[in-house]
Amino acid sequence: MEEARVSMPSEREVEISRAFKAPKALVYRAYTEASLFRRWCGAHPGWSMPVCEMDVRVGGSFCWRWRNDEDDTEFGFFGVFQQVEPGERIVHTESFDPGGTGFGMGESVVAVTFSEVDGVTHVTTRITYASQQARDSAMQTGMTDGMELSYQLLDGVVSGESSRLEVEQRC
Amino acid sequence: MNAAASEQLDAVFGALADPTRRAILTRLSRGEATVKELAEPFAMSQPAISKHLKLLERAGLVRVGQDAQRRPRRLVVEPLTEARACIERYRVEWEQHFKRLDGLLEELQRGPAQRRPKPKRVKQRSHLKQKK
Repeated sequence: MEEARVSMPSEREVEISRAFKAPKALVYRAYTEASLFRRWCGAHPGWSMPVCEMDVRVGGSFCWRWRNDEDDTEFGFFGVFQQVEPGERIVHTESFDPGGTGFGMGESVVAVTFSEVDGVTHVTTRITYASQQARDSAMQTGMTDGMELSYQLLDGVVSGESSRLEVEQRC
Repeated sequence: MNAAASEQLDAVFGALADPTRRAILTRLSRGEATVKELAEPFAMSQPAISKHLKLLERAGLVRVGQDAQRRPRRLVVEPLTEARACIERYRVEWEQHFKRLDGLLEELQRGPAQRRPKPKRVKQRSHLKQKK
């Protein structure tokens, strides 16, 4: 399969598209059933996923948390499902929890669309942020950098700089 | 990434979001040009072009050349390279997830009877420890 493609359809959006060699119904399940979801999204090397809860219905919420195998630092995402069209499309809000703070930063709206052609399922994820700055900040931080950020905060290495880091995160 | 670099990347993405500014950059990639020369192909006044140029300059994408009389503008490529690298890092991160999803989907379609043994999980990112 061709690798993921990333585009920026507008100033506040980023779109990620990828095709999978599997029927749409199965791909949809892998995105919406917690037991399957954690097997790919929760399998980041060096990290476990102690919390992977998702109540996929309109108004239902989700909570994903990752924990570092070595020092137990955590970070996560949480949000609420706004649209659920089984097998076709899910839309949810999403906030980043940089670890143990219990509050979210920079709520975005994530729309995931599934379409199947000849046994190949195309998944398009469009994320809309509150501002261009919020989008760019999220793209620069990424999940891996989020992990590094947790490390830095934990280590206290950047205690003097932590406010700056938080501002970057919150944008 | 430090705050200054982050701010510059914001400015670059903002500058690239506009089609006129992208066209200006394309023109400058062929060589330096004055504001007047840049304005010609567009149905735009020189002040309007100057406004776009200011944004491009703020993003570090355009600089005023040596000639004090003509004040030609020229392209600075480095911020574009950095923006591209940022998008690529982001893309690779998603691709890593998707590769795992490929594996899961394959396994689910093969059925549980023929599951291959899971590859041993290798601990990575230990280099982070060295930063302490």
